[in-house]
Amino acid sequence: MKQASALAPRLQAAPATNDGWKMLLKKEVLRFWRVAFQTIAAPVLTAVLYLMIFGHVLSGRVEVYPGVGYVAFLVPGLVMMSVLQNAFANSASSLVQSKIMGNLVFQLLTPLSAWHWFVAYVGAAVARGLVVGLGVYLVTLLYAPPRAAAPLWIVVFALLGAGLMGVLGLLAGLWADKFDQMATFQNFIVMPMTFLAGVFYSIHSLPGVWQGLSHLNPFFYMIDGFRYGFFGVSDVSPWLSLAIAGGSLLVLAALTQHLLKTGYKLRS
Amino acid sequence: MPAISFQSVSKVYAASGKPGSRPLQALDNVSFDIEEGEFFGLLGPNGAGKTTLISILAGLARASAGRVLVHGFDVQADYAQARRHLGIVPQELVFDPFFTVREALRFQSGYFGLHGNGDWIDELLAGLGLLDKAGANMRQLSGGMKRRVLVAQALVHKPPVIVLDEPTAGVDVELRQTLWQFVANLNRQGHTVLLTTHYLEEAEALCQRIAMLKQGRVIALERTSTLLANATANVLHFKTDSALPGPLAVQARVTGRIVELPAHDPAEIERHLAALREAAVAVEDIEIRKADLEDVFIQLMAGQGADAPAAVEVAR
Repeated sequence: MKQASALAPRLQAAPATNDGWKMLLKKEVLRFWRVAFQTIAAPVLTAVLYLMIFGHVLSGRVEVYPGVGYVAFLVPGLVMMSVLQNAFANSASSLVQSKIMGNLVFQLLTPLSAWHWFVAYVGAAVARGLVVGLGVYLVTLLYAPPRAAAPLWIVVFALLGAGLMGVLGLLAGLWADKFDQMATFQNFIVMPMTFLAGVFYSIHSLPGVWQGLSHLNPFFYMIDGFRYGFFGVSDVSPWLSLAIAGGSLLVLAALTQHLLKTGYKLRS
Repeated sequence: MPAISFQSVSKVYAASGKPGSRPLQALDNVSFDIEEGEFFGLLGPNGAGKTTLISILAGLARASAGRVLVHGFDVQADYAQARRHLGIVPQELVFDPFFTVREALRFQSGYFGLHGNGDWIDELLAGLGLLDKAGANMRQLSGGMKRRVLVAQALVHKPPVIVLDEPTAGVDVELRQTLWQFVANLNRQGHTVLLTTHYLEEAEALCQRIAMLKQGRVIALERTSTLLANATANVLHFKTDSALPGPLAVQARVTGRIVELPAHDPAEIERHLAALREAAVAVEDIEIRKADLEDVFIQLMAGQGADAPAAVEVAR
């Protein structure tokens, strides 16, 4: 270590700028980008395997919407499923990992507000969700020609779904104290709700009870609305899907903001 | 205006909910100020409340009652300004495994809204001997190097108040020396330093004033020199393999073969020696030395119950 006299510390506190969230967002994006093989390439491969297997088994046997083959039907569902799962995984795993490793203290000691935390974590989750979703979509072009009956709906639901799941991931990350709890949340809540949301089928093909239950699953509306953007056809009106997905986002965002402000499981 | 002001701070941790668990009073009405430019020591045994007090100061915990101000800013109501004035070196060797040393410092700087302060980061890296490690991933650093990065992270936003929570725990002698040289220099340049440590010789050498906590209460708040002057004047130090007679055993501090007995004056030393002769205790390497902060600490911790008034506390 050099002689301390080499330093000339300034005795004034740092100027009161209020854009620390930008650096936290940058850090969170870099965190998943540094391990892109695991955080982007792996989920793209998983989605493509689903497409290959289900497409191979069911192609030509099922026509969900008139004029829409099964592989083409599957593409939006798989893209949205990847967006949802990866947006969730990003905010949840980042927060839990920082809590367990103890390095969250570096953020807790700063002037970052609850809103800053929210924007940065959810922003990075949206970024990862969209990057993975785009990756899946690009690979699926090899199997089905591109379709976009209502592109604006595609963008709206992609952003909405990624945002909602980023917020849910943040909630799970705040609640979980260990990886086990996070895995429980992911495996017993997120995964079943995604799979049972009509990724691989139209809920109109289900018996009445299951159709009714599917209507209680908010993930269904995100996938259905997203699919409407591709084919201009959906199980329910995209406006209803927008209202339910948007309402869910607002409720979860308000709850997360409250927990962040009160320092739930962050400050004792 | 004090650099730090603890005002009637209490902290009660709620019962865990497990059978038999009770609420824990970690801090009980703690009040004292630390003036700008002071090098201040906060001492106490494990569980005394030091880390809780630092956590409340840092905003990592909330006081159940009372408040804490940093340069006049309330750490809860005006947390952003309070934290801009505060640099905290945490006790644990924590790090983010995804990033390099320089990135960790840039991020920390950015969280405070500071951009383009690469020159200051370079100065810190150079001053802490980290320049050649700037591009290294945090995982690749030794414990001592990680500790230096923690110090740099605490200083990256140029805080006037620096808090070091047991910074030399588990650190080798060389790094401990250079770290103290570094921190002492920061203090000479005007930074307020609050230190908690288990190494009492460090506190004695560095701190101008000291507060001692026991069971969540301040039992001593004095200038270091006054604490030492008020303490038992001398210590009789010797080695023995024999058991001490009852009256001496009660007041002796025994570490292996080493025995230390407090003595206020030469006559008391003579009485101790006479008692040893009478009990036929064979002793060797007898020394008489001046009492140090460790003796004061042990004396206070042994003599002050949690319910006793803070008898040593004096106004500055």
